[in-house]
Amino acid sequence: MVFELADMLPALPEIILASFALMLVLVAAYGGDGAANARRVAHLTLLGIVLAAFTVLSVSPAQETAFGGMFRADAFAHYMKILVLMGSFAAVFMSITPLERDDINKPEFSLLVMLSLVGMMLMISANDLMSLYMAVELQSLPLYVVAAMRTNSLRSSEAGLKYFLLGALSSGMLLYGASLVYGFAGTTSFAGIAAAVADTELPVAFIIGMVFMITGIAFKVSAAPFHMWTPDVYEGSPSPVTALFAIAPKVAAIALMLRLTYGAFGSIAVEWSQVIMALSVASMLVGALGAIMQSDIKRMMAYSSIAHMGYALAGLAAGSHDGVFGVMIYMTSYVFMGVGTFSIILLMRRDGQSATRISDLRGLSKTQPLFALGLMVMMFSMAGIPPLAGFFGKWYVFLAAVNAGLVPLAVIGVVMSVIGAFYYLRIIKIMYFEDSEAPLDADVPLANKLVLGVSMAVIMLFFAGLNSIIEAADTATVALMAPF
Amino acid sequence: MIDNWPVLSIITFMPLAGVLFLLIIRGDDDTVAHNSRTVALWVSAFTFLVSLVILIGFDSAASGYQFEEKRVWLGDTGISYHMGVDGISMPFVLLSTFLMPLAILASWRSIANRVREYMIAFLVLETMMIGMFVSLDMLMFYLFFEAVLIPMFLIIGVWGGPRRVYAAFKFFLYTLLGSVLMLVCMLVMYIDAGSTNIPLLTSHEFATGLQNWLFLGFFASFAVKVPMWPVHTWLPDAHVEAPTAGSMILAGVLLKMGGYGFLRFSLPMFPSASEFFAPLIFVLSVVAVIYTSLVALAQSDMKKMIAYSSVAHMGFVTIGIFSMNEQGIAGAMFQMISHGLVSAALFFCVGVVYDRLHTREISAYGGVTAVMPRYAVFFMFMMLASVGLPGTSGFVGEMLVLVGAWQANTWLALFTASGLVLGATYMLWLYRRVMFGQVVSAEVQSMERMQPREYGIFLPLTILVLFFGVYPMALLDVMELSIQFILDDLKASGVALFAAR
Repeated sequence: MVFELADMLPALPEIILASFALMLVLVAAYGGDGAANARRVAHLTLLGIVLAAFTVLSVSPAQETAFGGMFRADAFAHYMKILVLMGSFAAVFMSITPLERDDINKPEFSLLVMLSLVGMMLMISANDLMSLYMAVELQSLPLYVVAAMRTNSLRSSEAGLKYFLLGALSSGMLLYGASLVYGFAGTTSFAGIAAAVADTELPVAFIIGMVFMITGIAFKVSAAPFHMWTPDVYEGSPSPVTALFAIAPKVAAIALMLRLTYGAFGSIAVEWSQVIMALSVASMLVGALGAIMQSDIKRMMAYSSIAHMGYALAGLAAGSHDGVFGVMIYMTSYVFMGVGTFSIILLMRRDGQSATRISDLRGLSKTQPLFALGLMVMMFSMAGIPPLAGFFGKWYVFLAAVNAGLVPLAVIGVVMSVIGAFYYLRIIKIMYFEDSEAPLDADVPLANKLVLGVSMAVIMLFFAGLNSIIEAADTATVALMAPF
Repeated sequence: MIDNWPVLSIITFMPLAGVLFLLIIRGDDDTVAHNSRTVALWVSAFTFLVSLVILIGFDSAASGYQFEEKRVWLGDTGISYHMGVDGISMPFVLLSTFLMPLAILASWRSIANRVREYMIAFLVLETMMIGMFVSLDMLMFYLFFEAVLIPMFLIIGVWGGPRRVYAAFKFFLYTLLGSVLMLVCMLVMYIDAGSTNIPLLTSHEFATGLQNWLFLGFFASFAVKVPMWPVHTWLPDAHVEAPTAGSMILAGVLLKMGGYGFLRFSLPMFPSASEFFAPLIFVLSVVAVIYTSLVALAQSDMKKMIAYSSVAHMGFVTIGIFSMNEQGIAGAMFQMISHGLVSAALFFCVGVVYDRLHTREISAYGGVTAVMPRYAVFFMFMMLASVGLPGTSGFVGEMLVLVGAWQANTWLALFTASGLVLGATYMLWLYRRVMFGQVVSAEVQSMERMQPREYGIFLPLTILVLFFGVYPMALLDVMELSIQFILDDLKASGVALFAAR
């Protein structure tokens, strides 16, 4: 095989990000110590993300695959990559000042985010068991480190360690499953696996391998019952890190789940849709019920994200075009809701200390009306109240479920969303119906205001732009499900 | 010229445009409060004036939807931006735009904190209510129907009474649970018919077995909204805790969303299921009429009592709708409009004395007639309208419902009629205890006379109640063809109408 430079063109965004990461290593090492350098690295990271996003949108190479078919950059990858890039951009952008205030503003943070971002992008484009595993590891390892970034905090170290141990376990399962699948198909490429599983009797070992692989990714998605690390890691990590965890890696992991199920196992949806359905129901239940008793908003958001993954997986369980389409709309709304919510959680500080108990929000509507309004919009959207973005995600996901004959799943889903509404309303109650004793710090960085403003606008006007989102998601879905 | 204007969109979104004005008000707290009140009043009054366009332009002799607007929203997915009114939705649109300025006027003095936010909540609420009545697309209808919860939750929770948090949560979650079941049914309908266009769904034939399920799903939502016994328990709590204006809108318009839903969705779209479940609805409604009337009798809180009377009156509405004949449905419609006016007025009656004495306990009052004679006249009139005195709008609605119920089932008519007697009992008793007798305390003695603002709220309501009482054809003419359309649709679906017996 003759290697040509043009063959690498589909991977240009990743190459840009990786080059930036390497360059940032030098800047971080030689740029001097202190806040100025951390800021410089963060700004360069943002620049790299913008460039990558620009490349994703504008460069459309002749062929979709690269690296001998291990990498696939189709319309689906473009769509999901934009989501991931937006989520990471917002997370880095609004973390600069909070990190400085927490005195953990090391240049390594942005650098590690950048490396992890390369992993996420590769996950979305994975088209081979090898690239899948490499991407997952590249995405995870930097995150283990940033989780433990607050070195003088026991909880942060605990979060990092816990995340690492369970992440390693899930990688092991993924790898074991991959080996069984490889053993059956005799190839690691998704196209080859898809060809091998079509119209044949499938041995039990293969099914076990497939389920192990789905389980491994379910860890990354934090779908119940593989969610145990989520609340602790969310709570223990510094808030900027949680903001990062909660958004982009989830999108990447869901994208990987879609890639694997449709790329490799597309013709045997019957075999895996039950597994996904079980994950979905369990996540909706755990997410809705687990969040009720939480007193820490980051912990609550952890359960909330578990529930959201349950809803997204309900679309996947449908095993149809509509299902994938629903998942994509859902993840789109999820990114903006997550970004908007965390832009407020990041500024929850009192007397210079991070204050993330739900009760700290008491009376926010009087002290900082605009942020209270913003958080209220996010909470109503997460509860799925129309006409906000979260509703449309649910509409399309459940539409697919009902269309696939999974009415009980849809009914469980909507009932759980009512239970979920309870704890979202609780936040609104605390902000609006109660008076504050000690207001939160009023000094808010501009970045958070910008991020909040943009995500509020997107959430509230989602219905107006829905048509173009639908068209893009439809093209992406068709690309994902196209036979090789 | 004016025919080409998107009148319904303008009416729907005008209050939302008013919100933008409210947001730009600057100044100290008093200025903001005062200006917010003024702006909100003007915006809602202007919306009412514009909504008169559809009253004047409405052609009672034309069947089908009028002022229709249809635009592309979600490509070719069968979901579009579609608005229009017929004889059933038009009165509700006007009821909403008519009550809203009065509600804002009613909160002129009683709301002192966070006035701007309060007015924003009300204007948003108005947009959602109007939008819901004029939507001719099921998804749009759902968006507005559900979005109503957001401002109402805040109105009860922020400006409500001591147990406001409990009441707000109960209101929100109760209604949401009903609505999401309807949502699943809407998904099924969308898949079955390939569109969310309401006129199209009306002519779509759903399989009989499926209809029953769909009916139950919609029933879960509308029954909670109406509210029907036994899912009415959120209503007394919400009413008692909500501020006066909140109660006026809640009783005046929001309860009608359920009845409207039955007429727009359940009856025309699931005719055979409606016939199948009609007896169930009759039983629940009769229980509501009798049981809640008795419960109302036992209340010591004025607002709670009127809240229970609302449940009883809405029982009449559901009986009328499901008796599925012309008189029944017309009576139900009439009763809804009449109840919208009368109950809003009654809640305002309570609000007037509550503003002065800050209690709603019946026992704290007595002899108010001596102190506020003109108030006594208005209260008396509304009380009698609620009881169904001939010459008021309440009479026409109840009478027609009884005629309709009689055709459906004589026993049904008998039980329903007993509600009239009980209604008269508790209302008259309430009036006697509050208004007549000795002046019970110095506080009552020193109550302020009525203000011009309060006259300004009572007078339009009184005039309309009287007008519809003596000239009911004004309303009945408007509705006739639309009701006939529903009945024809039912007949075409092979439903053996009760009227045919």
